Amino acid sequence: MLLEVRDLQVEFHTRDGVAKAVNGVSYSVDAGETLAVLGESGSGKSVTAQAIMGILDIPPGRIAGGEVLFKGQDLLKTKEDQRRKIRGADMAMIFQDALSSLNPVLSVGAQLGEMFVVHRGMSRKDARARAVELMDRVRIPAAKERVNDYPHQFSGGMRQRIMIAMAMALEPSLIIADEPTTALDVTVQAQVMELLADLQRELNMGLILITHDLGVVADVADKIAVMYAGRIVESAPVHYIYKAPAHPYTRGLLDSIPRLDQKGRDLYAIKGLPPNLLKIPAGCAFNPRCPRAQDICRTDVPPLFEVDESRRSACFFWRETLDDVPVR
Amino acid sequence: MTSRSAEPILEVRDLVKHFPLTQGILFKRQIGAVKAVDGVSFQLAPGETLGVVGESGCGKSTVARMLVNLERPTSGEIRYKGEDITRLSGRALKAVRRNIQMVFQDPYTSLNPRMTVGDIIGEPFDIHPEVAPKGDRRRRVQDLLDVVGLNPEYINRYPHQFSGGQRQRIGIARGLALRPEIIVADEPVSALDVSVQAQVINLMERLQNEFDLSYVFIAHDLSIVRHISDRVGVMYLGRIIEIGTDTQIYDHPTHPYTQALLSAVPVPDPAAREGRERIILTGEVPSPAHPPSGCRFRTRCWKAQERCTLEVPLLAVPAVFRDTHGPAEHDSACHFAEERQVVTSGAGPGETRGPDGEGGEQGPDPDNER
Ligand SMILES: Nc1ncnc2c1ncn2[C@@H]1O[C@H](COP(=O)(O)OP(=O)(O)OP(=O)(O)O)[C@@H](O)[C@H]1O
Ligand SMILES: Nc1ncnc2c1ncn2[C@@H]1O[C@H](COP(=O)(O)OP(=O)(O)OP(=O)(O)O)[C@@H](O)[C@H]1O
Ligand code: SF4
Ligand code: SF4
Ligand SMILES: [Mg+2]
Ligand SMILES: [Mg+2]
Repeated sequence: MLLEVRDLQVEFHTRDGVAKAVNGVSYSVDAGETLAVLGESGSGKSVTAQAIMGILDIPPGRIAGGEVLFKGQDLLKTKEDQRRKIRGADMAMIFQDALSSLNPVLSVGAQLGEMFVVHRGMSRKDARARAVELMDRVRIPAAKERVNDYPHQFSGGMRQRIMIAMAMALEPSLIIADEPTTALDVTVQAQVMELLADLQRELNMGLILITHDLGVVADVADKIAVMYAGRIVESAPVHYIYKAPAHPYTRGLLDSIPRLDQKGRDLYAIKGLPPNLLKIPAGCAFNPRCPRAQDICRTDVPPLFEVDESRRSACFFWRETLDDVPVR
Repeated sequence: MTSRSAEPILEVRDLVKHFPLTQGILFKRQIGAVKAVDGVSFQLAPGETLGVVGESGCGKSTVARMLVNLERPTSGEIRYKGEDITRLSGRALKAVRRNIQMVFQDPYTSLNPRMTVGDIIGEPFDIHPEVAPKGDRRRRVQDLLDVVGLNPEYINRYPHQFSGGQRQRIGIARGLALRPEIIVADEPVSALDVSVQAQVINLMERLQNEFDLSYVFIAHDLSIVRHISDRVGVMYLGRIIEIGTDTQIYDHPTHPYTQALLSAVPVPDPAAREGRERIILTGEVPSPAHPPSGCRFRTRCWKAQERCTLEVPLLAVPAVFRDTHGPAEHDSACHFAEERQVVTSGAGPGETRGPDGEGGEQGPDPDNER
């Protein structure tokens, strides 16, 4: 396994108390595989990714437990100088907002070239040539003429492709893309996702794709992990999730999406609001919003049940949900 | 809902907004203009929802801001019940503005953090005291909170004490305060999560029926726009390039850009994606300061020919579809308009497993506030 996260726990110490942002997340991704991490805003998707990358805000953040095994090595026990070498070279991240993650006063070519100068000890001139190659590879037209342009001179879609180029530069074995297309338009979104998928195939990388767009997921992912209140509530190969979700939250998410090919009356809406992380409800965190909740859900935390070899669901009533037995 | 026979409540003709591009600090010289909106026309019938879609920067928000008078058009007309409001001023303008209100995109930044919810929702009454006399305001605000499904006791709370979906409801309550006839909603749910998004959309539909509102609904999520709209206009670089009923646009698009846009929408169901053909556009969106000659879409259009460079296609029913009486007979600004079905339908979760009887919430729920 390329990356395996086991029982990861992250908390934030804030003025109002301890926010439990990640409460025992486990997931894994192999070379050449795409794992999509899905969930509402604040469910802990980015914080998990930051812990894997080793770029968490500490303090206020604190890793309260768990393991992050990358090629068998527990990164949480690895020294910072060694992690820094892994980061960028063997593991890279693409952020949502390309404009703010690129340096505004450095030309794009200089930023791309920097990767080769720092990690590969190349001369500036060679590094610049590699930067042009990379820009070509992510399909920036007239790369040679534009290598000295600054980030603001590119469109949103091009900037995101430059971010991808930067992440790919050293051909890492794992890429974490945190909402890489959320800020883009559908037509540009499609271009960027296709590019990412192509490069991943070419380099046989593992890809963790964080998103709250179920549509984007369907296009590229092999498997999905759905997060709620800092936990994985369901994980499964992608086609299963759409056909028959095994967790009521996943089910609610799927039902809430308006569909392009039909025009219903009212949209289904999960009632209520995502929980406050300072006061996560006792029992199953989803119980105040769950149409299936029973007494046990308000007292006991559901473990991650094994639905079958490849699927897990943290719901006492996964069987009923799967079979879609009406709530009594 | 569409009452085509009725007089339009709002009619926009050849609306233009150019933002000057200047150079120099002491002596500003105009060196060009951003043609943000460059000849937009449409009608809105009473009780109707017109959806407006298009890529980022195509001019959607600029149109919205002109409709509610936050921006003065460079030229063109905005007729409210037949009267051109771009020519009004003073009292007459104020009276009309009352009837056209706006709901903004970002529930986090569009509300003043130092004002209580009561002050935010009641603020329009300061400008239009005739709608609610001073002594009556508190009750009116509480009524509005109730209408949008928020607890009226929250009147003294501040915006940060609410979640995103609740803040969007506050914005809607404020938009309703003056009992407008038209609401211009600029990306009202784009900043919200899927599950909360559905709550707000359902609320907007309920309010429309209850108060007989007309909506101009701007968004870049094509599925949401289809869900809520009676008619849809597609914008590209400052122009509407295709407009029609939701069926005409989604199931029978004739403009290449609309077809590309629809085909690029990710479909959240692997079964429905099989056999689906995606049109991936190449090239970048041109700058609105230098739009291409002729058809503005030609630099990215796979069908472009010489005529497209020379001749601006007008927004009208294309000759090939005139008097065909089919769904392709609608306005489309393309010299080579053709039908092409791009939205495939498949049995998805929504069809095979309806939420009925599952505690699915339809409209606001008192449990929503804590
Ligand atoms: N630096 C920080 N200090 C305090 N709390 C934080 C910090 N970073 C994240 N959190 C909290 O941790 C929780 C999880 O945040 P995270 O960014 O992982 O959510 P997410 O699932 O990525 O959501 P989104 O879809 O909005 O990006 C949130 O409640 C957030 O407020
Ligand atoms: N005050 C301004 N001065 C100069 N240019 C402006 C101004 N306001 C908007 N523009 C430009 O006008 C064009 C249209 O902008 P507008 O905000 O209407 O787009 P939009 O369709 O709402 O995009 P989005 O989906 O990103 O909100 C853009 O190119 C924008 O940069
Ligand atoms: S454990 Fe109970 S509350 Fe939680 S999702 Fe399952 S049924 Fe709902
Ligand atoms: S007019 Fe020409 S360039 Fe424009 S959309 Fe039609 S075919 Fe394409
Ligand atoms: Mg995030
Ligand atoms: Mg806008």
